[in-house]
Parts: sequence; structure tokens; C-alpha cells
Amino acid sequence: MQTGSKEEAATRGEIVIHNLHKVYTTKKSRFEALHNIQLTIGENEFLTILGPSGCGKSTLLRIVAGLEDHTEGSVMVDGEEVIGPGADRGMVFQGYTLFPWLTVRENIEYGPKLKGIPTLERRSLSNYLLKMIRLESFDKSYPKQLSGGMKQRVAIARALANRPKVLLMDEPFGALDAQTKLEMQEMLLDVWEKEKTTVLFITHDIDEAIFLSQRIVVMGAGPGRILKEFNVELPAERTPEVREHPEFLSLKRELAGLLKH
Amino acid sequence: MIPPKRRTPPKLQIFKDISSVSYAMMAGISFFLLLALWSLLSYTEAVNPVFLPTPDAVLLEFFRQLGTAAYWEHIGISVFRVSSGFALACLVGIPIGIFAGTFRHAEALIEPPMEFIRYMPAVAFIPLIMVWAGIGEWAKILLIFIGCFFQLVLMVADITRRVSHDLLHASFTLGASRWKAIETVLIPAIQPQLMHTLRLILGWAWTYLVVAELVAVNSGLGYAIMRAQRYLNTDQIFVGIIVIGLLGLISDRIFAFLNKRLFPWA
Ligand SMILES: Nc1ncnc2c1ncn2[C@@H]1O[C@H](COP(=O)(O)OP(=O)(O)OP(=O)(O)O)[C@@H](O)[C@H]1O
Ligand SMILES: [Mg+2]
Repeated sequence: MQTGSKEEAATRGEIVIHNLHKVYTTKKSRFEALHNIQLTIGENEFLTILGPSGCGKSTLLRIVAGLEDHTEGSVMVDGEEVIGPGADRGMVFQGYTLFPWLTVRENIEYGPKLKGIPTLERRSLSNYLLKMIRLESFDKSYPKQLSGGMKQRVAIARALANRPKVLLMDEPFGALDAQTKLEMQEMLLDVWEKEKTTVLFITHDIDEAIFLSQRIVVMGAGPGRILKEFNVELPAERTPEVREHPEFLSLKRELAGLLKH
Repeated sequence: MIPPKRRTPPKLQIFKDISSVSYAMMAGISFFLLLALWSLLSYTEAVNPVFLPTPDAVLLEFFRQLGTAAYWEHIGISVFRVSSGFALACLVGIPIGIFAGTFRHAEALIEPPMEFIRYMPAVAFIPLIMVWAGIGEWAKILLIFIGCFFQLVLMVADITRRVSHDLLHASFTLGASRWKAIETVLIPAIQPQLMHTLRLILGWAWTYLVVAELVAVNSGLGYAIMRAQRYLNTDQIFVGIIVIGLLGLISDRIFAFLNKRLFPWA
């Protein structure tokens, strides 16, 4: 049909990072945090950036989110240049960033409310998301009454409530214990399956990267740059048994070797 | 066999909460000690009774004064002056403070002059105020306003600046504009801390009230104290001080109560 808008015809959630440089300058010093990053993340792709501490992962994600300026190059989402933060790119932060004065439900409805979505529609959306993160009975709780894992689940639901094209996740499970982390990973895959958004995920946990992603990009430090890319050749359906898969183990060995240097 | 003795940790733990009963007991002890010291000094006449009246004389005077309509008028006018000056300072100071804490340009515009003015003692403005505003009600309100306003702006700006940047960034990624972020993140985030600041500043407002009422007035608690001093009625001075203390305490408790009720999430 000819009447379809430009947006419908185009991709949904494709990120193109081209020739990206980031230099932090202070009065006395100049620090190159990112050097010539080239990366394309496809529609509905789950891509993880893996790298040692301080290699510029958060910087890269914050630039994609529009929270940080870059020095050179460009970031495009569906052909549109990123010049600031927006509701089309949801973000989950490493620290806890739920609004403490809002209940769980109000946190989730924050974005839709800004958009002016009517109360009833908002209600049914938050009901759906609360169910998805399995926190229906906590809708009236305040963030301080939740455990760390629960807080991050709400943060994910809050980001998804805007139906973003892209979900940016900066080590969202970094502060959680091992068991909770595994549960959260399975839940995230579930959510991704249902919501069909592009996910750009950051971690320095190799197992987490392999378990979750379709593709892994390894970054190195000094200056922050892309070292290598890996396709994760594992079944699309990720069950806990996937961790025993020979491909999982060999990829794990290779990544560990790469990160050691 | 002797059962191993259960070892208890020492009582005084840093930052550790204590039961409300223990808290009340400690508070009671400190009031009691104060009263004991006062009684000791006054009943033994270690200090001349003209300078230090006995507790029972003050208590008697307290009820005698509160029994008169004139005293309630003093209380009324003083409460009016404090609330007006304080409310005015809040009305103007809080928005300016939020603004200065939010935008660096506003900070540069507002804070340096305020930093400068706040070191000027408000009391030193009295002669100037009398020239500007005369000796009417406005003069008192203005003095209280000046005493509170500059500090308030700087403190509110400081609270605003300390709001978590991550919370702000989260709201941006959820689609908030700058103004929406101020409305839905900065303002709610500063509220509990703001209440504490207001409590503190209200205390200062009472101090400035007394100063304002020491000159050229014929009403208010400060005036009552001044008049008592002229006739060496130290028991009346004590009553005035205690009444102001009680009023301050009541307003402080109201703030504390509101804080708990309004911000259960904090
Ligand atoms: N505002 C800033 N000013 C100057 N340097 C900065 C700034 N922010 C980050 N950096 C530097 O840029 C580099 C990359 O930081 P970044 O936070 O992106 O690392 P990271 O890969 O996310 O590390 P981690 O895994 O520990 O979170 C670091 O060396 C850091 O010191
Ligand atoms: Mg980081």
C-alpha cells in the first residue's frame, strides 16, 4: 500500500554505529574512551557487548541512549540520527533507578503517563507487564520494599512500557547473586521473545553473554575499541541445559582467552 | 557441664537504632538533669534570685501569663510575623533554589551574590529596614524574610544538585522533557530533604522574630521579654523564652509529622 508512513516501511530497532569516537577532555587531560567503533545491530537482535572494566562499554551505551555526546562519527536508529535521549530507546541501568516516591505500578506507568495514554489503557498495560515480570502482588509496594532482583525486573518493565524500539541494558544483573541472576536471565529471554525489541546488553560475565545473545562483541581497553565479534551458534530456545552444550563451552573458552589479554 | 555463657554485644553501637522507650528515657534524663541543675542553682540561692528565679516561680508566672488575654495577643502577633516571613521566604526562595540547583547558568547568576549576602548578619539590616519599611508590621516580616531567604535558596539549590543523576537520566530515557523531568523527578526527589531544611529554617525564623521585636514595637513575645527586662522580672523573661521554645517545638513536630505522612516512601 502507498499510504504507509515512512516509519512503517523502514526497519524497527536497527542501530547503526559508524566511525564513533569519544574523547573525554578535562582542563588538564584528554582521554580517548572509544576509538573508531563500527557496529550494526539488526532488528530484534540480541547483541551483547563484553569487555573488561573501564573499556568504555557504559560510555558506548550512554551515547546510543543519547545521554552522552560523542566526539566524532554517528549513531543512527532506524536511519535517524541520535541527538538526545528519547522514549524509543529504553534503558535499564546498573544501579537501582526506580523512582522511590512511586509505587511499582506507578513506576511502570511513568512513561505511558508522560505520553498521555489514558488511565484505563495504562492500567491494562501495567497489568500485562506486572504479570510478565511476575510481580502482580507487589503493584502497590514502594521500591524500598523490593529485593535487588525485583527492582531490576520492575526497571525492565518500566522501560518496556514505552514499547521502545531498542532496549539498552547496562549490566542490569551485575549486583545480583548468582541464583537470582540465572532466573533474571531466563525471564529476560522470555520478555524479549514476547516483546520483540532489539536488545543491546552489556556485561563482563562471559556465561551471561553466551546464554543470552545471538551475537557477542568483545571490546578491549586503551582506547576502547572492538576486538572481535562472535555469532552464538546455539539453539534459539535457551534452556538451562544450553550451558552444557559443546558450542557453549568452546565459545566460553575462546572468550575467556580473549579477555585475559 | 556449664552452658556456654551467651555473649552480648556492647550497648553503644554506632548508628544502631534503639527502642522508643530507651529513646524517651534518655530524653527524659536530659530534661531532668537540666531541671536539677536549675533547681540546685536557684533554691540554694547560689545565684541571686533576681537573676535566676526558681522553677516553681516561673511555673506560676507561666500560668498567670497564659491566663491573660494580653499574653495570647502577644503570642498571636508573634506567630503571625514568623509565619508570614517564613512563608514569604519559602514562596520566593524554594523556586529560585530549585532553579539554581538545576541549571548551571542559574547557579552562576544567583549563587555568588547570595553567598556574599548570607555572611552579612541579618541583624545588621535592622537600621536599614527601619529606613526602608518603617517600623510597621512589614519591617518585622522583612527582617525574618531576609534572615531565612538567602540561606534557604542556597540550601535548596544544594539539595537539588544532589539528586541522583541516574534517576534524572532514567526519566529522560522514558521520554521526559527537561521541564517534565524537573516536575516529575527533581521536585519529588528533593521533598523529604526539603522538609528537613524548612524545619531548620523555621527555627531560625523564631530567632529573628525575637530580634525584630526587640526594637520599636509594643506587641509580640519579644516585646514581652523586653518589657520584663526593664522591670527586672526575670521570671517573666523565662516564661517568654519557654513559650517561644514551646511554639518552636510544636511547629517542629508538625513538620516531622507531615514528613512521615507525606513521604512514606523515603
Ligand atoms: N565523565 C568522564 N570523564 C572522564 N573520563 C571518563 C568519564 N566517564 C568515563 N570515563 C572514562 O572512560 C573509560 C570508560 O568508562 P566506562 O564507564 O564506559 O567503562 P565500562 O566499560 O562501562 O566499565 P565498567 O565495566 O567498570 O562499568 C574509563 O576509563 C573512565 O575512566
Ligand atoms: Mg559500566
